[in-house]
Amino acid sequence: MAEITQLIHKYLRHEKKFPHVWCPGCGNGIVLGALIRAVDRTGFTKDQIVLVSGIGCSGRMSVYVDFNTLHTTHGRALTFATGVKLANPKLQVIVVMGDGDATAIGGNHFIHAARRNLNLTAIIINNNIYGMTGGQYSPTTPYGAWSATAPYGHIEHPFSIAELAVTAGAAWVGRGTVYHANLLDQLMEAAIYKRGFAVVEVISHCHTQFGLKNKQGGPVEMMRRQKEMAVRVEKAKTMTPEELAGKITIGTLVDRDLPIYTQEYRRIREAAGGGKK
Amino acid sequence: MLKYLEGSHGVSQVVAMCRPNVISAYPITPQTHIVEDLARLVGEGELEAEFINVESEFSAASVVLGASAAGARAYTTTTSQGLLLMNEVIYCIAGMRLPIVLTCANRAISAPLNIWNDHQDSMTVRDAGWIQLHAEDNQEAADLHMQAFKIAEQTFLPVMVCMDGFILTHAFEPVDIPEQKEVDAFLPPFKPQNIVDPRWPRGIGLYADPRFYMEVRYILHRALEKSEKVIKQVSAEFAKAFGRESGGLLKTYKIEDADLVIITMGSVAGTIKDLIDQLEDEGKKVGLLQICSYRPFPRKEVYRVLKDKTNLLVIEKSISLGRGGILGSDVRWSFPRTEKKDRKISCFVSGLGGRNISISDLRYAVARVEKEPVELEFLGLNPEIIAKRDM
Repeated sequence: MAEITQLIHKYLRHEKKFPHVWCPGCGNGIVLGALIRAVDRTGFTKDQIVLVSGIGCSGRMSVYVDFNTLHTTHGRALTFATGVKLANPKLQVIVVMGDGDATAIGGNHFIHAARRNLNLTAIIINNNIYGMTGGQYSPTTPYGAWSATAPYGHIEHPFSIAELAVTAGAAWVGRGTVYHANLLDQLMEAAIYKRGFAVVEVISHCHTQFGLKNKQGGPVEMMRRQKEMAVRVEKAKTMTPEELAGKITIGTLVDRDLPIYTQEYRRIREAAGGGKK
Repeated sequence: MLKYLEGSHGVSQVVAMCRPNVISAYPITPQTHIVEDLARLVGEGELEAEFINVESEFSAASVVLGASAAGARAYTTTTSQGLLLMNEVIYCIAGMRLPIVLTCANRAISAPLNIWNDHQDSMTVRDAGWIQLHAEDNQEAADLHMQAFKIAEQTFLPVMVCMDGFILTHAFEPVDIPEQKEVDAFLPPFKPQNIVDPRWPRGIGLYADPRFYMEVRYILHRALEKSEKVIKQVSAEFAKAFGRESGGLLKTYKIEDADLVIITMGSVAGTIKDLIDQLEDEGKKVGLLQICSYRPFPRKEVYRVLKDKTNLLVIEKSISLGRGGILGSDVRWSFPRTEKKDRKISCFVSGLGGRNISISDLRYAVARVEKEPVELEFLGLNPEIIAKRDM
């Protein structure tokens, strides 16, 4: 049996919950593949992992994996995950969200989770649009792009999710694309291992909505664009701002050791004389 | 002009003709087609308005609150989780007496996650101080929006137009779309009253301590009660202007000599009327009372049409968990306590989460209540699914 088939049998609810709802050619399958390969390499058992998701195409991921799963409401996945982690810090909590989920309706929770630094892994699939509801503009829809709610071009400017996470104080931030599949595997693994709030922004494509409306072709063409736009973080350091215009950096953006919320909490309880029988 | 349209687009076209100044919304199924079409109309210059797709329903409700407080005719639309997320602002809008119109494309509530139709979402905000009107079909959904702006701006109460998600929003039906000049003649320009304006400085939504709060809530309650008259009057004006009946407090079908009356709201009324016709052919006299204005609840009107009826069957798409049918409670409360009449009121919770309500389901319900009254029953449950979990 091929390695990926073994992993599918081990980690996915392949007999119960498939076929999935994602469009053929969607990047979400690549993200899911990277996630289960990363989990497999980290050696955590399925029962040690909790996968929390919100609403949208990405939200379906919790339906397909055979971990402990919590499919929650739109934008709130990180807050539910916060509760899970506080109740049982031994669990390895991974949160999957989309760009609308994490940075629009849940944007508030996202920056505060980063600031608070609980040991959580946040995977944000950024396809620049609300795919499931039919292609309305999201906080990462580029200026000038077309969408169902901006049929004559978008007049707002997008967030850069990874940079937002860095600024908000996340301990570890990486960005990959679904084209760079090997790098994505490494980023996922590093993010799960990281002690502290770790964010992986995954640049993906929604050819069904964004690609169609913006004449960017199908999944192949859109993934080729990811390849052309991406520059490794290490290489970007040697480039001028002019050379970097229109590019996205991929790799590990930040990796810092910061006090984790649960450690800080334990420390303050001890200082206050609590936590003793 | 008669057009073959998706329910959502009948609404968006009529809303555009009502000339809102500010439209704000967030994508959520099955509401999204309404705002997408409005975005297009604004983009193409057919509608002179500000359109903003914000970052959550909470923001959408807040944006229209602000716009209305600054004197704009403001419109938003949502459903289900979106309406729940708006809840805090929904109460504020009513408390501030801002005449906002909102379309609720009725949908079930999580958990479990479900995108299909029932009425639980609008039921959660029935006590907020909004007028709630329920549409039966796409024509009425479109028409009610014209009426909604008029009612709102006469009463200074916000109006929620409820239309069944998917069943109406995504169904194609011929809809008579009026001419702009007809809408302008029916709906005069908005004359705001309670607005923030530097020429006449005032505060809206300020602190009301225990000496004042109750009075403000009483006045709001009274305004809702008094709006019954306006709803009726606007519906009559609409009938005169457009030559068809739409909206009002309630509607009846073959009720005069009926032995059994079914009471419901929304699109299922169509199925019920078909059943009533079938039963009539079989020699049974069944009638329908359809609530259009759920809030204010037209208690006196309901009593007036049901006074002589003893066998009543409520078909409703929501439930107060741990208590029972919500519309059923409202109907029970419509009869004076002093009345010494042996009246049987049965309640069937039906169609939750988009479960189809078929004629045979309804036929079963009618047969049940012909034998004996039913306090509460879930229509069409699958016992196999329940057996595993109901412990």
